Amino acid sequence: MSANDHNDDVREIDDFTGVETTGHEWDGIKELNNPMPRWWLWSFYLTIIFSIGYAIAYPSIPMITTSSQGLLGWSSRGAVATEMSEAKAAQSVYLDKLLTTDVSEISADADLNQFAIAGGKAAFKVNCVQCHGTGAAGSAGYPNLNDDDWIWGGTVDDIYVTLQHGIRHPGNDDTRISDMPAYGADEILNRDEIADVAWHIRKISNQGFDAAGAERGASVYADNCAACHGDNGEGIREVGAPRLSDALWLYGGEHSEIVAQIVKPKQGVMPAWEARLGEATTKQLATYVHSLGGGE
Amino acid sequence: MLDETKIEALDVKAINTGAKAKSEPLYVAREKIHPKKVEGVFRRWKWIIMAVTLGIYYITPWLRWDRGEFAPDQAVLIDMAHRRFYFFFIEIWPQEFIYVAGLLVMAGIGLFLVTSVVGRAWCGYTCPQTVWTDLFLVVERWVEGDRNARIRLDKASFSLSKLWKRTLKHAIWIVIAVLTGGAWIFYFADAPTLLKDLVTGQAAFIAYSTVAVLTATTYLFGGIMREQVCIYMCPWPRIQAAMLDEDSLVVTYNDWRGEPRTKGSKKAVAQGIVGGDCVDCNACVAVCPTGIDIRNGQQLECITCALCIDACDDIMGKLGREKGLISYATLSDYNHNMAIAIDPETSKINPERVRDHTGKFGTTVRHFDWKIFVRPRTLIYFAAWAAIGVGLLIALGSRDRLEVNVQHDRNPVFVRLSDGSIRNGYTVKILNMIPEPRTIFLSLEGLPGGVMSINDIPQPPGVSFAIPVEPDKLRALRVFISVPPEHRIDGKTSFQLIAEDKQSFEKDTYDAIFETPAK
Repeated sequence: MSANDHNDDVREIDDFTGVETTGHEWDGIKELNNPMPRWWLWSFYLTIIFSIGYAIAYPSIPMITTSSQGLLGWSSRGAVATEMSEAKAAQSVYLDKLLTTDVSEISADADLNQFAIAGGKAAFKVNCVQCHGTGAAGSAGYPNLNDDDWIWGGTVDDIYVTLQHGIRHPGNDDTRISDMPAYGADEILNRDEIADVAWHIRKISNQGFDAAGAERGASVYADNCAACHGDNGEGIREVGAPRLSDALWLYGGEHSEIVAQIVKPKQGVMPAWEARLGEATTKQLATYVHSLGGGE
Repeated sequence: MLDETKIEALDVKAINTGAKAKSEPLYVAREKIHPKKVEGVFRRWKWIIMAVTLGIYYITPWLRWDRGEFAPDQAVLIDMAHRRFYFFFIEIWPQEFIYVAGLLVMAGIGLFLVTSVVGRAWCGYTCPQTVWTDLFLVVERWVEGDRNARIRLDKASFSLSKLWKRTLKHAIWIVIAVLTGGAWIFYFADAPTLLKDLVTGQAAFIAYSTVAVLTATTYLFGGIMREQVCIYMCPWPRIQAAMLDEDSLVVTYNDWRGEPRTKGSKKAVAQGIVGGDCVDCNACVAVCPTGIDIRNGQQLECITCALCIDACDDIMGKLGREKGLISYATLSDYNHNMAIAIDPETSKINPERVRDHTGKFGTTVRHFDWKIFVRPRTLIYFAAWAAIGVGLLIALGSRDRLEVNVQHDRNPVFVRLSDGSIRNGYTVKILNMIPEPRTIFLSLEGLPGGVMSINDIPQPPGVSFAIPVEPDKLRALRVFISVPPEHRIDGKTSFQLIAEDKQSFEKDTYDAIFETPAK
């Protein structure tokens, strides 16, 4: 006997309680068919009424291309927009402060510093990783921003200026420019001289070298290179001449790579960012890059 | 017999039994229950437990505990905003939630233990639903009178007196409900400050809405719903009943001495039927807060509050019979005594069979014995409960209040510097888990030639840094460690970063890795 087909003829009353059973039985235990309290039913009706009200107040009824809008005008996209504008408003205190703070003073304010680094990190991921890599470690031809070798200077002010105006960025009057002559392509030096000066550069950067070549190259270096790169290859930041005596090579430190760079130098370009990203974001980027470990 | 002793048979029927109409309706209105006042041993226990539990609930947030100037002085505080939980001398950080989880496991096993010993004692004595319903009943009884007066008032037509009584009752209920909901939020903020803010209308919206919701539920559950919460809404009766066994003490009507209920009628006497102790006065039904008849045996509705025991003992006392017609008894004792009482010829209960010639219970009749508390099941529960408790205490006593966590940079894994050194970057988190500012010394060990520098700590590169950490705070640092070319070891090198408080001698060591490219 199931609950569905019971009728008065086959009604089963539990002797002990005098209550009708549902006919369901488990291991000799029968289920009593006690009535539910009526308020339970009312609660059920209330949920139905609530659902009608809900469907009127909120977007709920599917249409062909959209859904009903709901009287309250709420939407999940609108909620996101509200959250975003609230977040913007919350940031505005710090963003305003960034505009009035000199970039070198940011680190003195712990909260502002933290905000700038976090914001700079986010902006870096969008604008800089294409060349400098997600870890800012760069690659051949694109400088590693984590290390302590800075062509144009590693103080936060220097980094900020580089970001503002870019490097060899056409159309920016203040962009950083250095222009190394193409010693080979323009026939300023001959092949042997270039090979010799490359050996000299290998020598001053503590790499293996050809002794005779390096000796010959020393005078070539003094005549042609020292003016910008320094007598001992220490580089001159003011003119953007890289240090040649260290272990880091933007275009490679092998003899052939050095030769190639002397014959016809590759000259990297970086955009001027401030016009595109605004002052606050550029300051954030400078602060972030400065915090990566190589900052001076 | 009833007339002789002036025991009144009450006109009351259990809500869950009795032949109903021929065709059952699917839904019925609730039958309102008017529990009668009762006095006795268990009622007294319930008053005491009510006072203690309510006292704990209302007073706890107001207890103070001095933790110095850098931490709140509230003894018990759940500080959601700062993710801290304070319990007297214990402070718990979110990652130490295992202690709370351990307490919950203990509460669960404790419940198994209590249930296996004394049945649904939680339901009958300490459950908030029971405690607050009891409290609301006290108010109801004070305003409207005891059971009969309340039934009369229910039936009475509208009058000013009825309106006044009803208004007063609900007004007091709502005051209690507000105080109940109000007390709850004090666990989550500094109680005196919050009270001032609440009263002056300056508290957060969430505070008012929490008070409103808990006021509504307290009023509804304690005043209006009462036993229906236990019967229809609570899963506990189903679970707890399943944890009983034949040696658990449950509120039991002892048929073996109570039946048959002849009330000493002339007809029964003429037939030679010997009546049992039950005089069918229905006192046990009238006092029951869930409106059942315990004489029908164990039922889902029974919260084992034992008020029927008090009611019946009172009647038995007046009749000059032994108390305990309704008593806490185990199923095995009950079955044993029933076997004695049932006449093998008639298969009916003959209460004379459990008594000797003097009218006392025979020596074979079993009564409550403390020994049933000690049996394998309770011992196992107790052992598990105690083991977790001891484990938690040991863990609590030996837990670190200074921790250091180190994350190696993944990108870039290493950086080559202009002098040929290799540098690795780390995020180092120092956790100062006491409410006092500390200077923690972070030092580098086991990395030959390695020196570190730390952003925000103006100190030349070295192997040991003094780092001020705010009270009860985590300080995250960007740490750069570099190894010069002459000390270079290719591949991975293990080394230690050690955080140390040189005053308390607390120390935590992290085994970190230094990565160097293979040449």
